[in-house]
Amino acid sequence: MTVLVPTSLAEALEAVSAHPDAAVLAGGTDLMVEVNERRREVSDVVVVNRVPELRTWRHDPASATLFLGAGVTWTEVEADPIAGWVPALAQAARTVGSPQIRHAGTVGGNLGTCSPAGDGLPPLAALDATVHLVSAGGTRDVPFAEFMTGPKRNVLLHGELIAGVTLPVVSGWQGYTKVGVRNAMVIATASVALVADDVAQSVRVALGSVGPVILRCPEAEEFAAGEVDFGQRRVADAAVAEFARLAAAAARPIDDHRSTAAYRRHAVGVLAARLLRRAFPNG
Amino acid sequence: MAEHYTLHVNGTAREVRDAGTGESLLFVLRERLGLMGTKGACEQGECGSCSVLVDGQLVCGCLVLAASAVGQRIVTIEGVAPVGAPTDVQQAFVDAGAVQCGFCTPGLIMATHSLLDRSPQPSELEIREELSGNICRCTGYGRIIEAVQRVAVARSTAAAGGPSA
Repeated sequence: MTVLVPTSLAEALEAVSAHPDAAVLAGGTDLMVEVNERRREVSDVVVVNRVPELRTWRHDPASATLFLGAGVTWTEVEADPIAGWVPALAQAARTVGSPQIRHAGTVGGNLGTCSPAGDGLPPLAALDATVHLVSAGGTRDVPFAEFMTGPKRNVLLHGELIAGVTLPVVSGWQGYTKVGVRNAMVIATASVALVADDVAQSVRVALGSVGPVILRCPEAEEFAAGEVDFGQRRVADAAVAEFARLAAAAARPIDDHRSTAAYRRHAVGVLAARLLRRAFPNG
Repeated sequence: MAEHYTLHVNGTAREVRDAGTGESLLFVLRERLGLMGTKGACEQGECGSCSVLVDGQLVCGCLVLAASAVGQRIVTIEGVAPVGAPTDVQQAFVDAGAVQCGFCTPGLIMATHSLLDRSPQPSELEIREELSGNICRCTGYGRIIEAVQRVAVARSTAAAGGPSA
């Protein structure tokens, strides 16, 4: 019954291996809310926010990839240089909670909690992020699409830690937008991330808060790729409207205390249209 | 289960004995160490009343597991200035009428010091964004923003060798 504060990845893995039922604490912005509200009793806690290996990031120009350690905070993601490589994730970072929350909250924490409203998750889905998991027994890499299995559910096993994610550095416009009841300090009612890949000539879209997991929109993506002009940054108004309809159709929203299914479906269509137009401003 | 640990608060080592595992830094500061300046309200990171610095980062004390802050430098509102000798930020809040009931004030003072340390001449939008994690139900924020701007102006005037406030 104790709080362990490892200062190396080896120590952290030893800790979660010895205490497989321990709560893993990163920034605390999700876990401590549950603890404060007595919705969760903690006995053993492994604190991972002072593990240097998890606090690092690495840009590899040769492979055009960016590795973000699980302990990288949203404050770090929203600023350059990281923001310049993954703008959609940086925009999402800027909408996470408040400055206080962004100073503490981490990329790995968003993945660990795996809320459908997690702001970092739609950009990770749209970017086809690879999630790196590590345990005393070794490592495994899981595509984001297979990592999240339901609301607040993922494939992470007891004794395993999220090491980080690898993201492609994509050439092309990308962005994230969401709606909620106010501008600051708000959980998304509906959110959309869009990544235009000028090299692969593809458009990738992911929806948040409108399903049990983050949803990609294969039909909308295929349609957009056939309609947009990557060189001239052009897309017709009618194509934007059809893209919005297909994105909304991909949503699987529910009624809950934050909003209604009908509003959420409408909202993701509006947000998807807005992002496609920002990516391809010419009509 | 009882926890025993030492926290470094406002430059002093403070022993915490027989604490519960899940206790937040906010709880420990107020209920175990008697530092009542840090306020508690929402206990879910929404209101910013419990803002403190941990290793120089502005965070919500309610979302920090107290036992996880061992070995880190914690600064609370009590560590910002001695009683009776307010900082320029505290004085500006008084002068601008940015304090009404006062409950949010310690958190806002911490957030304002943090903002001005990183960005000495913030735009109004930057001030609004940086203080967006601190809720005030009295002032409507206008006078708070004015207080921040007064400090920024006074500091830049002083730095330029002009008359100090």
